[in-house]
Amino acid sequence: MATETGPAPTGAIQGAFQAGVVPQDGAAAFRAPLDHVDVGAGTITASVAPASAGDGGLDHETLREMYRFVALARALDERIWQLNRAGRAPFVVSGQGHEAALVGAGFALDRANDVVLPYYRDLALCLVFGLSARDVMMSVLARAPDPMSGGRQMPAHYGSARLRIVSSSSVVASQLPHATGTAYAAKLRGTGQVSLACFGEGAASKGDFHEACNFAGIHRLPVVFFCENNRYAISVPQSLQMAIDNVADRAAGYGFPGVVVDGTDLLAVHRAVGEAAARARRGEGPTLVEAKVYRFHPHTSDDDDRTYRSQDEVKAWRAWDPLARFEARLREVGALDDRTRAEIAAGVAAEVEAATDAAEAAPFPDPATFDRYVYDGG
Amino acid sequence: MPVMTYREALKTAMADEMERDDSVVMLGEDIGVYGGTHVITDGLLERFGPKRIIDTPIAEGGFTGAAIGMAMTGLRPIVEMMTWNFSFLAADQIIQNAAKLRYFSGGQVTVPLVIRGPNGGGVQLSAQHTHSLEGFYGHFPGLKVVSPATPADVKGMMLTAIRDPDPVIFLEAGALYGTKGEVADGDATVPFGKARVAREGTDVTLIAYGRQVNLLLKVAETLAAEGVSAEVIDLRSIRPFDAATIVESVRKTHRAVVVQEQWRWFSVASEVAAVIQEEAFDDLDAPVERVSGAEVPAPYARNLELAAFPSEAQIVAAVQRVLYRT
Ligand SMILES: Cc1ncc(C[n+]2csc(CCOP(=O)(O)OP(=O)(O)O)c2C)c(N)n1
Ligand SMILES: [Mg+2]
Repeated sequence: MATETGPAPTGAIQGAFQAGVVPQDGAAAFRAPLDHVDVGAGTITASVAPASAGDGGLDHETLREMYRFVALARALDERIWQLNRAGRAPFVVSGQGHEAALVGAGFALDRANDVVLPYYRDLALCLVFGLSARDVMMSVLARAPDPMSGGRQMPAHYGSARLRIVSSSSVVASQLPHATGTAYAAKLRGTGQVSLACFGEGAASKGDFHEACNFAGIHRLPVVFFCENNRYAISVPQSLQMAIDNVADRAAGYGFPGVVVDGTDLLAVHRAVGEAAARARRGEGPTLVEAKVYRFHPHTSDDDDRTYRSQDEVKAWRAWDPLARFEARLREVGALDDRTRAEIAAGVAAEVEAATDAAEAAPFPDPATFDRYVYDGG
Repeated sequence: MPVMTYREALKTAMADEMERDDSVVMLGEDIGVYGGTHVITDGLLERFGPKRIIDTPIAEGGFTGAAIGMAMTGLRPIVEMMTWNFSFLAADQIIQNAAKLRYFSGGQVTVPLVIRGPNGGGVQLSAQHTHSLEGFYGHFPGLKVVSPATPADVKGMMLTAIRDPDPVIFLEAGALYGTKGEVADGDATVPFGKARVAREGTDVTLIAYGRQVNLLLKVAETLAAEGVSAEVIDLRSIRPFDAATIVESVRKTHRAVVVQEQWRWFSVASEVAAVIQEEAFDDLDAPVERVSGAEVPAPYARNLELAAFPSEAQIVAAVQRVLYRT
């Protein structure tokens, strides 16, 4: 991340960051507390993942499948916003802008065996791991068939024991220590599973981040810490969250590698997370992968982002829309044309429609069951 | 007297005190440019600057610890918990440190610290955003715990809290931020440890604090239509606790129903019931009733959530029981 006083970023993301479209994180406009002005002066210790090229060594079928997930996550997210504006869904946490990073990461794992600990923005990752649009809509509308919680938990708190999506907490970063536990269990039991733990750069300020990284480093656990750095934690810009440019730089202090990757480049993330997962599977321990992304929408449906970031900044980032970027790449390598794109779009639209209809027709949870699941046998 | 919202009254108290005393500083997540996720600190950054309005990283334990350090060395910090639910992360600093420093330093050290934020639920935020923590924090000697329900009280008790030489757990009724009431201008402090009779009555004493006070006032209206005269007491202060006002009321009405949103076991209502039986046993005509949140983590779906919180119907039924009308 380039700040006014910081060194220019290096490597593959340099292109993106020097194109002039990646704005300041708000530090320039903000009077930093305690006159702390050294933001950006830190030394980069993480490596920078190279930009992807061509088809990334993947067949066209796989590329289209990836594209479909990005498009589905986007369309589903859009529909949830519509339902919210219409007063039918009380709460939205949007993942728009993060989708390519998440689909890239998800496809880099063994989807039939690995374990993911998603953040609340990680709809796209959970779809890749097998959650359906219908499952998601049931949770958004708090209906009885909601497979995440039967209407007990807020939306966007994904969890499916069957799909190895570890149920997530509202309390940010609590998933990071959990991930060291799932990774430890996998190592002890020899399951070969890698755990992918997702979090924001804001969550990385919590003690849990340090405690998890330290434990994972000591035991060389098969875990990939996946930071989705979108430069803001609600309103708080990165410069008030940490005095360094990259969360991944901290990995050095725990004895494992940190990698920074352009999170709008799906195939670059796929490769970076793939290498981290392979390292974990070889028994070499954790990796911290930091994907630089941007959130296109307000933090949640309760947020007004105009108070802390300029709409010009949001617009500038739209030029790096991961969905558009991936589509352009697929067309470039001949994996997508107007016809296949239209087919995918129609399929996605139908799936979102059917999911919404099913959820709206589904009953609310039976109030007589409200005290179920407190204890075993309840 | 000017009319203002609970939110405005709260901000007014803090801003007035920051104006008056430049050792008062504020720390919390999103309290700066954003003005707080519940819009309590709106405009304070512009007024007092970033040295006194400190937007923190997401590190509840860390910034509460920092505030304790500030308090031990002469500042009067106000910490905003985005919601009290996140204070569990700072519980070690609050309970193991703030509450005990005066004691284990043999009185050398004081911690004039206010920790504030919205408490309780009812707005579909589910289990991890809905705790009512007055019983939890009320348990610990060394802490003062208050839970104002009206704009006048939130202003007056915040002034008292900031000036208090000990750590204060300031539990705001999050669901009431938009409610309005008369608030006196100027230095209208409200002392801790003094309950408020919110409505006078003769047949039964209804006791609550926070947003349940408003529910009780509604219930009292309903009961009045049925010919039952209910007295409503707003505790306001959990620790120190005003036993005298409650006992005096029960001596008059001979019956009491205590209502709270938090869970029943080991709760404020349990304590109130115990105090009544200790100090007014001979005056009671019926066992003290407790109406509490159901023994489940708060659910998300609206219909489940409603089933988990005390309702008007439950309170009326409890009143009928203590009046032997069932
Ligand atoms: C421990 C804790 N403190 C505060 C919050 C309130 N909160 C919810 S999301 C959020 C911002 C998180 O930012 P980041 O980790 O960067 O993720 P992003 O939302 O930007 O994707 C905050 C402060 C919380 N959920 N948990
Ligand atoms: Mg963020």
